[in-house]
Amino acid sequence: MALAPPLMPVFGRKISSKNDMVPNWSSQEVSTGTTIMAVEYDGGVVIGADSRTTTGAYIANRVTDKLTPIHDRIFCCRSGSAADTQAIADVVTYQLGFHSIELDEPPLVETAANLFRASCYRYREELTAGILVAGWDRRKGGQVYSVPVGGMLVRQPVSVGGSGSSYVYGFMDSNYKPGLSKDQCLELAAAALSLAMERDGSSGGVVRLATISEEGVERRVILGNQLPKFSTH
Amino acid sequence: MERHYTDSHVKGVSTGTTILAAIFDGGVVIGSDSRASIGGEYVSSKTINKVIQVHDRIFCCMAGSLADAQAVTKAAKFHLSFHSVQMESPPLVIAAASILKELCYKNKEELQAGFLTAGWDKKKGPQVYVVSLGGMLISQPVTIGGSGSTYIYGYVDAKYKPNMTREECLEFATNALALAMGRDNVSGGVAHLVVITETGVEHVVVPGDKLPRFHDE
Repeated sequence: MALAPPLMPVFGRKISSKNDMVPNWSSQEVSTGTTIMAVEYDGGVVIGADSRTTTGAYIANRVTDKLTPIHDRIFCCRSGSAADTQAIADVVTYQLGFHSIELDEPPLVETAANLFRASCYRYREELTAGILVAGWDRRKGGQVYSVPVGGMLVRQPVSVGGSGSSYVYGFMDSNYKPGLSKDQCLELAAAALSLAMERDGSSGGVVRLATISEEGVERRVILGNQLPKFSTH
Repeated sequence: MERHYTDSHVKGVSTGTTILAAIFDGGVVIGSDSRASIGGEYVSSKTINKVIQVHDRIFCCMAGSLADAQAVTKAAKFHLSFHSVQMESPPLVIAAASILKELCYKNKEELQAGFLTAGWDKKKGPQVYVVSLGGMLISQPVTIGGSGSTYIYGYVDAKYKPNMTREECLEFATNALALAMGRDNVSGGVAHLVVITETGVEHVVVPGDKLPRFHDE
């Protein structure tokens, strides 16, 4: 016999997060609201991301590393739910490692991208993950694949993602040209990420960049005070 | 600049749009795209002019619900011309912006429209004002608005410099509108630009096929 509703104790009643006195991060999922990008150049790829992870209005991690290695010459840039993207990346790292041992040669970037797509598409209702897969392999050189929310897969020479990406579509469209050198790509990435971080509340911190080529992976960090500045108004 | 909002929740015809205004050395450029849509699915007009003249050297651009914007600009035009007759001199740009602000703020519950006001007056020269959705009024050297503006924040931050020449500013405005129209499905058509200086007003219309193209087009 169930207790009549008015006599039932009320468990788990949350203090309304609309009340300013209560921090809202206690009821928010951790998200990498973010800006990520990847650019192909002749001989490799440049990838970059900001470093902010938020739970609502609280910055849970201001020095996050969103550039996750999947294999020696393949990385992914994560945006969306931090938990979802970490889980997917772990699964794909395992699957790709196994596949590479079976083949007895380094895996293709397209394979890694397809593994991401397979997970993101199959579990599309449960997941919130926007991922850029980028790397170098012997067959096709530097490649960037975009796997946005929903589980589509498309290769693009340059791709941006995350909440901050909306603000820099115009900048990327006008400043990217095919045939840029590695250093030009690095400059472009740093500029685009700075502009996005300036406008998007969920992006910020430092700029993390990496170049992936036949020679290997080179990582660098640009601190807040060293970011390119634009005429402020 | 406040966070963008998509016009898709505006009922009826909305100017899912891109509007822009920028000060250059000696004047101001104000411009917009020319698409009006219903719910983001049907383009109800390909050639609508969203740059409205409210006085000889003062123009404004509207974003949001077309009906609201037209009603407000009509009322503002009337108030402004009355004010100008009373003062016996051309109105200040800030007067036009303030009239729009009063209308937007006093009727904020019913209205869903934002405005850019740009013009030239003898007191302060070229000026640009933004009246946002709730009725805030601020002055900025360059400003963008509408749903398509999200995509060009980065471009505008990087490319705009104070004291550009008229040609540089026109190129900047045309490029910005073209980039936004290329990414926003509710902005498109032609680019309407108006150049306002002490000496006069010039309309520049850039048809779709003459707009600058970018690397992936």
